[in-house]
Amino acid sequence: MYDSGKVIIGLAVFACIFLFPFLYNRGTAAPQPKPSLDTPAIKALSEKKCVENTRFMITTHMQFLNDWRDQALREGNRWYVNSEGKKVWISLQNTCIKCHSNKKEFCDKCHNYAGVEPYCWDCHYDPNGSKL
Amino acid sequence: MAARILFPLAVVLAIVAVALIGGSIPFLQPLFSVALLYVTFAIFIFGFMAKVINWARSPVPFRIPTTAGQEYSLPWIKWSKIENPSTTGGVLMRMFFEVFLFRSLFRNMRTDLRSGWLIHSPTKWLWLLALGFHYSFLIIALRHLRLFVHPIPGFVETLDAVDGMFQIGIPPLYLTDITILLAVSGLLIRRLFLPKVRFISLAADYFPLFLILAIVISGLLMRFVFRVDITAVKALATGIASFHPVVPDGIGAIFFVHLALVCTLIAYFPFSKLMHMGGVFMSPTRNLANISRMIYHENPWRQPPKFHSYEEYEDMYREYMKEAGLPLERE
Repeated sequence: MYDSGKVIIGLAVFACIFLFPFLYNRGTAAPQPKPSLDTPAIKALSEKKCVENTRFMITTHMQFLNDWRDQALREGNRWYVNSEGKKVWISLQNTCIKCHSNKKEFCDKCHNYAGVEPYCWDCHYDPNGSKL
Repeated sequence: MAARILFPLAVVLAIVAVALIGGSIPFLQPLFSVALLYVTFAIFIFGFMAKVINWARSPVPFRIPTTAGQEYSLPWIKWSKIENPSTTGGVLMRMFFEVFLFRSLFRNMRTDLRSGWLIHSPTKWLWLLALGFHYSFLIIALRHLRLFVHPIPGFVETLDAVDGMFQIGIPPLYLTDITILLAVSGLLIRRLFLPKVRFISLAADYFPLFLILAIVISGLLMRFVFRVDITAVKALATGIASFHPVVPDGIGAIFFVHLALVCTLIAYFPFSKLMHMGGVFMSPTRNLANISRMIYHENPWRQPPKFHSYEEYEDMYREYMKEAGLPLERE
C-alpha cells in the first residue's frame, strides 16, 4: 500500500464517522418509554378510552391535534364526532389535558425520547404547573 | 424505453414489494430490520475499506494533477495557487473546494451549435442540483441520528429545528425534504431527457437515482401518510446501535420498505459509482501537488538496464570478425 499513513488515517476517520452511533451509545440501549396514564381523571373513568383508538392516537395525534386547532380556531367548529359517533368538545385545555394532566409523564416522555419539540406550548400552558 | 432504464426501476419496485410483504409478517420483521441492518453495515464498512485499500495499492509514481490554472513559474507570471497547486496547503485548499463545493462541476460547459457557430458556454445546472442533493442528503442523514443515539446530541436538535423552521404542516415538513426531492428529480430528468446524457447513461446510473427517489418518497409517506410509532422505531434503532436489538410491535410495513431501500443503497455502495465518496480523496488528479518539474520522480518499475558493451560484442564474434578481416580493438 502506498501512502499508508495517510490512507489509514483517512479510513480511521471514515470508520469513526460511520460507527458514530455505536461509539456514542457504548452498548447502552434506550428502551421505549411508556407514557404514564396514571392520573386521577383517567383512574376515575369507567371505560379507559381516548377520543379515538390507541394505535391511531399514538401514531397520528399530532395531525389530529393540528386538525382540532384548525377546526376550533379557524372554522369556529367546537364539536368533533369520533369514529364511534360520540361528540367530543374540541379543546386541548379542557378535553385532552382534563385526563392527561401529567404533561411531564405523558407528553414529554416520548417527545424527549424522539427529539420532538411540539409548538403546542408556544400558545398553551400546562395548567398543572410543569415548567415550560 | 430502454432496458437500462426499466431494469433498475423494476429492481427498486421489487425491493419495495419484498419489504412490504416481509414487513407485514411479524416473525419476519427481525430479519428485515436487525439482521438486514447488521449485514448491510458490515458489507458497507468492510467493502468500503477494501476498495480504498485496493486503490491505495496502485502505485502513482508520477504527478498527474489536472492543471486547471497557471502552474508555479517565474516570479512575474501570476501563479494560480489553488487551481494548480504545488504545495500541500494549495492541495488542501483544492481538495476543500472539490469536496465541499464541487469545484470541478462548477467548471461544467455546454456545447451547442447556434446559427452555424459552435458555442461553448458555462452551465451551472448540474453543479446546482448535485450540491443541493448532496447537502440535503447529508443533513437528512445527520437528522436521522436522533433515532439512533440517546441522549440526542445538541447539534442534531439544532439541525432539526433549523431544517423545520418554517413549521409547514404537522409534523413539520423539512426544507431538505423539498430540496432533495427537487434535486433528485432534476438529476433524473437530466439523464432521461437530455439526449447526450441519456446516450451515455447506463443501468448503474439510473439505479441509484431510482433508489434514492424511492427512499425519499417512502420516508415522506411514512412521515405524513402511513404513520408509524416513532418511539418503537427509535427503540429498534438504538437497540441495533447498542447491540441490544429489540423489535417492538406496532411498526408499520412502510418502515420496513424505507429501511430495505436504505439498506440496499448502503450495501450497494462499495460496489458502485457511489464510491466516489472515498474516491474523491483518492483521486490523483486532485490530491497531488504539481511538482513534476521541481523534484526528481523515479520510475518505480525501472529495472537496471542490460548493457551489451562493444567489448562483449567483440568477445562474442571475435573468431568471425577475424575471419572476415574486420579491425579488432583487442587481438
